Amino acid sequence: MTALTLTLNDSSVMLRRVLRHTTRNPATLIMSVLLPAILLLLLDFGFGGAIRIPGGDYIDYLVPGIVLMGAGYSVSATAVAVATDISEGIIDRFRTMAISRTAVLTGHVVGSLLRGLIGTALVMLIAVAVGFRPTADPLRWLGVLGLTALMLFAIAWVAAAIGLATGTPAGAAGFAGLFQILPFLSGAFVPTETMPGWLQAFTANQPMTPIASTLRALLAGESPGDTAWVAVAWCCAAALLGYLGARRAYDRRASR
Amino acid sequence: MSDPPAISVAGLRKAYGEHTVLDGVDLDVAAGSVFCLLGPNGAGKTTMVRIMTTLARADAGQVRVAGHDVAEEPDAVRAAIGVTGQFSAVDKLLTGEENLVMMGGLHRLAGAETRRRTARLLARFDLEDAARRPVATYSGGMVRRLDLAMSLIGEPRVLFLDEPTAGLDPRSRRTMWQVAGDLAAGGVTVFLTTQYLEEADELADRIALLDHGRLVAEGTPDELKRLVSGGHVSLRFPDEASLAAAVSAVGGLPADRDALTLRIPSDGSVASVKTLLGRLDEQAINVKTLSIHTPDLDDVFLALTGRAPDQAPDHGPDHGPDHTSDHGPDQEEAATP
Ligand SMILES: Nc1ncnc2c1ncn2[C@@H]1O[C@H](COP(=O)(O)OP(=O)(O)OP(=O)(O)O)[C@@H](O)[C@H]1O
Ligand SMILES: [Mg+2]
Repeated sequence: MTALTLTLNDSSVMLRRVLRHTTRNPATLIMSVLLPAILLLLLDFGFGGAIRIPGGDYIDYLVPGIVLMGAGYSVSATAVAVATDISEGIIDRFRTMAISRTAVLTGHVVGSLLRGLIGTALVMLIAVAVGFRPTADPLRWLGVLGLTALMLFAIAWVAAAIGLATGTPAGAAGFAGLFQILPFLSGAFVPTETMPGWLQAFTANQPMTPIASTLRALLAGESPGDTAWVAVAWCCAAALLGYLGARRAYDRRASR
Repeated sequence: MSDPPAISVAGLRKAYGEHTVLDGVDLDVAAGSVFCLLGPNGAGKTTMVRIMTTLARADAGQVRVAGHDVAEEPDAVRAAIGVTGQFSAVDKLLTGEENLVMMGGLHRLAGAETRRRTARLLARFDLEDAARRPVATYSGGMVRRLDLAMSLIGEPRVLFLDEPTAGLDPRSRRTMWQVAGDLAAGGVTVFLTTQYLEEADELADRIALLDHGRLVAEGTPDELKRLVSGGHVSLRFPDEASLAAAVSAVGGLPADRDALTLRIPSDGSVASVKTLLGRLDEQAINVKTLSIHTPDLDDVFLALTGRAPDQAPDHGPDHGPDHTSDHGPDQEEAATP
């Protein structure tokens, strides 16, 4: 077997493991749908009347933000899962075996991506049920899928790095919690122009903002323009940094 | 036998910050033998196992396992070994069977072969009834047995067991001993650590005694026991008068006046105990209870280091069996947020 097939073999064993965890402990998946769904209903029906978005229904504005919320939740779930593997010692067992070095992380990342995509699809369905009317054509839907998957992939590597660096489930949950706040400090729920200037400097330039506006434009059947590339660039950079960070943290644990 | 040793360690050193844990350890383990590393809490046993199994790096010295240097060819070492760590490393959300099948997959066994080995190991470790239950519902001993089964599925040539019988009941302990014996008979080299002299005596071809990161003795069980003369008979008396009379009768040994007991060196044979009791009887000294004490780790330590293992001077308070995990962060790692 070549190195690539070995890596694929090991990663798929690890992925099966993570998917089993998800089915055995469905709370993670349920929460990743339930939390965004509750937020969707709360923002749309609860506060929606007070939020005025020029030219359109608030729910159409809101849905990309809700998708980001779900992604934020997925960070903490994945970070906690990786940290649990460390604290329970099973990573040490894997490290005494002649297997592909990052297979266990790849398993977590791909598992997290699949969980995130299922969660996102369910959240979108709920949104449609309460009045969301996307007008994207098939090509734009493909764009929505592609960007969502890329973002979930990037965020999963960042989560793996957080899980490895903290090493305890509680620490990982706390640190990853920051990612659940990030969508609120972006243009995901309200346009950044409505925020005070000092805040705008951050909110307009953080990755969640271009990702949300790209998704929003695609779902509305419009052209996102250059923001799409900004969004893609952010995702690629985060994926790369997360991957390198995770590998470094993994190796560092070995040098004790 | 002219085979190269399965494990050879030379000049091994490891320190955590200021604290020297291994201070120049040398040892060789012959292929197909059972080697037992004996030592009290904090002696450095786990640290040694972690270095030999590629989990930690040595500061100095050379460690070769199954013919490969652990620092230079870790993957070749990993392909040859099986490891059961001191703290169990199983997946609690999976069932016992799924844990074994996962390990088979990671050893790249064919599906049929994985199923065959899984069934055999489940039977051998008495886990068949629990095979389809999540490990979270297992008792401590069951987890321990599963852990051991998981390290055997790849049929390692060298097996490391870090305190494998800690927390096992006598029956599981015997199963473990049997497994280790069978493996060695089949040519597997077994390196195990323990705190029990009895266990080392039962299993090992050779025993090394680790204390403060140094080997203070090494040899066959018989050689070690010859060094130790810690066997004694312990007598308890109903009152101080009897105790005092006994002390003079046996020739002025120090007695424990509070516990009203007297320790008399003895090899534990019936003849010597008879003689002793006969001597006390002659003087009509009343003995309440008698117990015969065979040498244990305490005696080995007393004999070889001149102090009991728990009186070790400069051990930090942060180790011991109640130390739940040693996977936590340490000084060498970046500060955690
Ligand atoms: N990662 C670490 N960072 C700092 N000190 C450590 C680390 N690992 C072990 N030590 C220290 O090294 C010493 C030896 O520990 P080790 O776990 O090897 O002992 P042991 O012989 O296995 O003891 P036990 O019987 O309690 O398992 C202890 O004093 C411990 O505190
Ligand atoms: Mg130990």
